[in-house]
Amino acid sequence: MDWNTEAPVRLLQYWTRLRGYIGCRPFWLIFSLPILIFLLPHSIHATETFLEPLGPVAHEQKTHFFWATALTMVAILPVFALVPVILIKYRRKKGKGIYAPKWESYGPLELIMWGVPFLVIFVLSFMLWRATSMLDPYKEIEGVVPPIQVQVVGLDWKWLFIYPELEIATVGELVVPVHTPVSMILTSDTVMQSFWIAALAGQIYVMPGMTTKLNFIATKHGKTQGENTQYTGKGFTEQKFDVLIKSEEDFQAWVAQVRANGIVLNPQTYKRLAMRSTRKEMQKQLATPQMPSNALYFTLSDPQLFQSIVMRYHSGKPLSMEEQPGTVKFGQGEEKTEGAQP
Amino acid sequence: MNITDYGWLGKLSWDSIVFSDLISNFSVSAAVGSTAGAIVIFATVATLALLTWFKVWGTLWSEWLTSTDHKRIGIMYIVFALVMMTRGLLEGMVMRAQQAAAPDGFLYADHFAQLFSTHGTIMIFFVAVPFVVGLVNLVMPLQIGARDVAFPVLNQISLAVTVAAGMLLMVSLVVGEFSTGGWSAYPPYTGGDFNPGVGPDYWVWAIVFSGAGTTLTGINFTVTILKCRAVGMNFFRMPMFCWTVLCSSILMIFAMPPLSVAALMLGFDRYLDFHFFTNDLGGNMMNYANLFWLFGHPEVYLLVLPAYGVFSEVFSTYSAKRLYGYKSLVFATMSIAVLSFTVWLHHFFTMGQSPTINIVFGIATMLIAVPTGVKVYDWMATMYRGRIRFTTPMIYSIGFLILFVIGGLSGVILANPTVDFQVHNTLFLVAHFHNVLIPGVLFGMLAGYNYWFPKAFGFRLDERLGKWSAYLWIIGFMLTFFPLYGAGLLGMPRRSFSYMDLAFKPYMVVAFIGAMVVLCALISLVLQLLVSLRDRKKNRVPVGDPWDGRSLEWSIPAPAPSYNFAELPRVTDRDEFTEAKEQGRAYQPPKIYRDIEIPKNNPLGFLLCVLSGILMFALVWYMWWLALLSALAIIIVVIASTFRWDSEQIIPASQVQQDTERWLALVNNTEPVGRDLENTPQNNGYAKLEH
Repeated sequence: MDWNTEAPVRLLQYWTRLRGYIGCRPFWLIFSLPILIFLLPHSIHATETFLEPLGPVAHEQKTHFFWATALTMVAILPVFALVPVILIKYRRKKGKGIYAPKWESYGPLELIMWGVPFLVIFVLSFMLWRATSMLDPYKEIEGVVPPIQVQVVGLDWKWLFIYPELEIATVGELVVPVHTPVSMILTSDTVMQSFWIAALAGQIYVMPGMTTKLNFIATKHGKTQGENTQYTGKGFTEQKFDVLIKSEEDFQAWVAQVRANGIVLNPQTYKRLAMRSTRKEMQKQLATPQMPSNALYFTLSDPQLFQSIVMRYHSGKPLSMEEQPGTVKFGQGEEKTEGAQP
Repeated sequence: MNITDYGWLGKLSWDSIVFSDLISNFSVSAAVGSTAGAIVIFATVATLALLTWFKVWGTLWSEWLTSTDHKRIGIMYIVFALVMMTRGLLEGMVMRAQQAAAPDGFLYADHFAQLFSTHGTIMIFFVAVPFVVGLVNLVMPLQIGARDVAFPVLNQISLAVTVAAGMLLMVSLVVGEFSTGGWSAYPPYTGGDFNPGVGPDYWVWAIVFSGAGTTLTGINFTVTILKCRAVGMNFFRMPMFCWTVLCSSILMIFAMPPLSVAALMLGFDRYLDFHFFTNDLGGNMMNYANLFWLFGHPEVYLLVLPAYGVFSEVFSTYSAKRLYGYKSLVFATMSIAVLSFTVWLHHFFTMGQSPTINIVFGIATMLIAVPTGVKVYDWMATMYRGRIRFTTPMIYSIGFLILFVIGGLSGVILANPTVDFQVHNTLFLVAHFHNVLIPGVLFGMLAGYNYWFPKAFGFRLDERLGKWSAYLWIIGFMLTFFPLYGAGLLGMPRRSFSYMDLAFKPYMVVAFIGAMVVLCALISLVLQLLVSLRDRKKNRVPVGDPWDGRSLEWSIPAPAPSYNFAELPRVTDRDEFTEAKEQGRAYQPPKIYRDIEIPKNNPLGFLLCVLSGILMFALVWYMWWLALLSALAIIIVVIASTFRWDSEQIIPASQVQQDTERWLALVNNTEPVGRDLENTPQNNGYAKLEH
């Protein structure tokens, strides 16, 4: 039997028959599109995503994402599967199903319709409860070593990282030692922003005069990026920073380097830093040749800098535009800002 | 500068005109902006010229602008929504082009920001809302057997302020700039300190006025449904569409005020130096987020519920079958309406509140998936054991069924605070809400537009182009928004006018191609309308029942007479008209012809539209004298209109009798048409009983 010559013919027959079944052909073409789209080139790797986690928090978030998707599928797959069947079987032209124009309710079916989604949501709610309390960004991560403290200030359009215990600060580069919990406290000295290092932890808003917290730990060496996701004006897309995860020794070496090469972060430098400008623009103004091309290094003159930034909004006195970082007029009225500076 | 320091023209100057930028400082971005401004001016001039050329000002005034007829007001709402949709859609195209071209885009950051802000504001407040309100206006009174809505003049006023606010947005294309703070306009970024320009003021006033219009609409619809139903139509005999409208109207009443309040408070901050949401003096932007989303979440259900209603009608009519699980659907609709007020916090899971709060709101959010899922299953069961016809509304509805569950899936994913921490503010979120708003609301409205068009105008829309349009919308939607899910998961923030990571590029290119397909869908929608207008004689359905409809609106002629029903119907069944047809009760003359009282034309709406438009413009530009004058004029006009004593007109019984008898004669002389011929010229709107 020459199966080989027959096969294409048979396939064609099947195809013709299939086309016969399908009253409405464009339909199938159209609904196969999503599958094609999800096959878009995944070969180009993005590293700034929780799908490529560098620590347990992002890893748990990724796992939870897939579980939630899979469980919801229980309620959704029947729709994908049954809608085509119903459409074929009960189509007016050539449909073979029975016709029951007055049929409008059937108890057991109602029970399934309410029951299945309810059960799915019930299970999902338990998972949600567990995961949300476990991954509370305010909860300090327990590690073998005590957490390293980092204070984060959102500025237009850059992030300032203060390491109060080490008395250093950086812009454009966050370096953390591997396997060491990181405990962040964050604020903004301009409008609201959203702080995000996707590969390590989720987002948290930063708001002026208020603080939020974020805790994570990196368990892999590597490099990723962090950013702001809340639109804040023309420098918004450039408000990114490198995140470097180093071994303890390399971290100490880096700290020594920052201490050696950093300029002093006093009220005057802070004020220049807080102007509406991107990190790149600031690099031109403040960087010394010893600093890398994509980061600014500082040594702290005032360990209470972060607190004073937060508290400046609680003086009970109005702040003019000239006194508020992030406005177009900030820093223009020199004489008025005296005493109000951190 | 103090707010009292401005002259007659307020902040207005030559530099405020969009073209000034192009002349003084040429760039592609400015050229795009100027083109948009030029289109607005050209379209306005062209419309005015055409109206004059065809000498239709008189008709326009007496039949439309001053009309209190719910059907005409509904049609005007829909026309307005379609015009605004064209703008919103073109803005979407430009944004897709920018992101596909990135990192070498052609727009300035500020221009891109204005685009996403107007796109969102327009699509929600000036497309989705008026489209929904327009369709409800057109259909709901007919479905419950009423002569009009409860408050016809209030209806006119709602339309007036909504249109005025929409026009203000059009003006912002030519004069000044719009807000760059997104459709949600979060302070302090939109506050006076950080955005001293007129942009956020345009947003504030457009929102305050259109919000007031929508609140009034909600009151109007609720009262209409509660008080104006035909005899015998108890709640459980109302068509499903009316149930969804009832729930949605209640949402309008309770959800719009928080928005108006939030926008006004932002206005107080900006104009009067209050400190509700400022950084200093105890202002707190978190209060804004709370108020805004206290409106924002019910808002999406307010929009999608009537669309669910349309789908219910469409599935049942084109499957020639009773709606499955009516009571389930009613219960599900009510549950969604109630639950929609308990979930707003999921818009800011990342604001640093305790996990317990996030858990409560996360679970509440996921709970909404239960009644929504039930609805989807009920629609499937409606088609099951039916006789399904693949007409244009049905293609939209099936497209909705498949695509909406994907939106539901991403919704459930987003409801998990854990995951939300990672996809909040990314394109994943953008893809999600477009996935529920386009297949959900827009497909519903377009299905309803194709379905009820013959009832409004007396002729069918072209079926072939309608199908083309529906398929193009479906394909275009998928190509545009599925890639955004991918890009969002890879970490691309929303509102990015540029990006460095080339991993996003393929997604953005596909999305751009999708946007082009959506543009084709829009073009075929316009073509469909033009072709249908050309063929209107051929496609007339004067008897009024082109689709073998099931509810009362199909029991009257098409187009429906101004008084709707010669005699108000008595309802005995849920699918009243189907029952009537089967029992031979349809197309009967009334026992007795009576005079009919309907509201007279009223210029109040039109005057308020013009005056509130001027008021808003004056407020935006700090022209205090003009603001004061127009505010005074509004008060005077409203008070003066209360002195109109004869606000009703009588249609004499003889007229009603003549109309009805002519129509019944037409029915008798018309050949009933089977469903296989419903999209042919043989269809005169008299459906043959087939089972």
